[in-house]
Amino acid sequence: MENSLNKVMPLKKAIKTFVKTGAHISIGGFTINRNPMAAVYEIIRQKINDLHLYAHSNGMGLDELIGAGCISKLEIAYAGNGKAAPTCICFARAVQNNTILFEDYSNYMMSLRFMAGAMGVPFLPTLSGFGSDILTKWGFSKSMRKEDSKIVNKKLAVVDNPFGDWAGASKVVLVPAINPDVTIIHVQMADAMGTCSIQGLTFSDIEQVKASRHVIVTCEKLVEKAELRQNPDLNQIPFIHVSAVCHVPMGAYPTAVFGHYDYDSQYLRRFALAAKTTDKFKEYQADCIYGVKDHEAFLKIIGQKQIDKITADPRTGYSVNMKRD
Amino acid sequence: MNKDHPYTPREIMTIMAAREIKNGDIVFSGTGISMLAAMAAKNINAPESVIFFETGAIDSLLEELPFAVSDPRIMYWAAANSQLTDAFTTMQNRITGDKVIAILGAAQIDIHGNLNTTCIGDYFSPDIRFAGSGGGCDVASFVPRCIAFMQHEKRKFVKKLDYLTSPGQLEGEKSRQAAGLRSGGVSVVVTNLGVMRFDKDSGRMYLDKFYPDIAPEKILENTAFNMDISKATQADPPTIKELKILREECDPQRLILD
Repeated sequence: MENSLNKVMPLKKAIKTFVKTGAHISIGGFTINRNPMAAVYEIIRQKINDLHLYAHSNGMGLDELIGAGCISKLEIAYAGNGKAAPTCICFARAVQNNTILFEDYSNYMMSLRFMAGAMGVPFLPTLSGFGSDILTKWGFSKSMRKEDSKIVNKKLAVVDNPFGDWAGASKVVLVPAINPDVTIIHVQMADAMGTCSIQGLTFSDIEQVKASRHVIVTCEKLVEKAELRQNPDLNQIPFIHVSAVCHVPMGAYPTAVFGHYDYDSQYLRRFALAAKTTDKFKEYQADCIYGVKDHEAFLKIIGQKQIDKITADPRTGYSVNMKRD
Repeated sequence: MNKDHPYTPREIMTIMAAREIKNGDIVFSGTGISMLAAMAAKNINAPESVIFFETGAIDSLLEELPFAVSDPRIMYWAAANSQLTDAFTTMQNRITGDKVIAILGAAQIDIHGNLNTTCIGDYFSPDIRFAGSGGGCDVASFVPRCIAFMQHEKRKFVKKLDYLTSPGQLEGEKSRQAAGLRSGGVSVVVTNLGVMRFDKDSGRMYLDKFYPDIAPEKILENTAFNMDISKATQADPPTIKELKILREECDPQRLILD
């Protein structure tokens, strides 16, 4: 499957095939950039729930999924949505009201955990976090860790440096590997086999992809294989990791895609306002998620005028002098 | 701003933090006022300092102020656009890490410069939940110098943190090293009232500078722990040149200054 020549399929089918109720998933991007939003909205529309979500710093994707009740367990370093919501609103409410189980790590720890998963080792060491409550406060209970084979027996571990004080460290923090059932990322370019080219920062997308059993790629441009093979240095993800390729222009909207479009600060603010009250949020979801059949229909509601405003300038990769507040 | 106060609290905070940055420093920056301080240092006193972000962008041109560390504005004209593991490697690695100065914010700080960016109240059932560590815990663990930006209020300068997200001097004395950390963590705290540093032996915060027209006693009133104010002297206010560069070159639209 991972080597097939053509993995192109509609997003609806990709989500239905690879994102099952109770799955452990990870999504790419970072706060307000390159979140795989079309896929997130499709998960919500398909009412897939009881998901276990892994992220380092995430924003819009995470908060929509939590707001729609799709997430039951969360392992995370940071939940913020830029200026519109320095702390993700649905996330904060879910934690405050005890409606999700969660564990906090740092960004480096989460990135290393994905890397460990990609490498096939059980853990990686870091010198981050000694003395912090990240080490002492564990969100998942002992019995849960024992009963659920997909949850590691310890949140993390501190051990003495087996190499004495080599490299100036007496101890190291070990963070456990993550191997999601499925990772979903949004990229600028992919071909039908699944080779991907990301422009701008890759965040931890590459490790997340390589750690994952299945990978769904949504892309701005679906290009011919030859176009990517001419510049292999610019491709970060070879096709062998990828299960499905979905061509979804503006698939990260309302988050940004470098070189294509900016984040829509107006939409992020609208979401933040709506998320504050149950009634308004239901209305918002009915209008923007459940009331549309797919991402294309969603973008029609947003309108070309708004899309023009956030379209990236070719020189800088973002929308120059865009009104942001 | 009026005749008696020819600069705003945000302006003096930004300049005080900028003065901490030395030429050649690699500045780990967030967004908002921390980024403005990094830009002010680059334009005023540390032209060869380098701004970098935990997301992996280094020495970005910053033609426009970014609103997040994932803002596409930090990706334009960077020396390299890499990834999280690279950015934290740069700080954990002593070769480059020792040149890094970080600028951090927090909801709470204690007398030993430990920071809370996670929650108010019980961790498992908090009154208020914040975004979390992000890279804060990593940076505070790795790099020798960190500037903490805070509003000086009693509820923020607390006796005991509700959650210790990012390590400072932990319990003071030698507890940071005993826990396994290198020396580092928050080394200076810049607030709207003054500048605090940490005693080398005890690891306790003391008042180093109070701003013109701010009495050291007022700073103590806004601090929930007992802080030594006996060594404090008045800060040199921002100069006309510093303010001119900050206002005209760093944030002409006053996106962050207002």
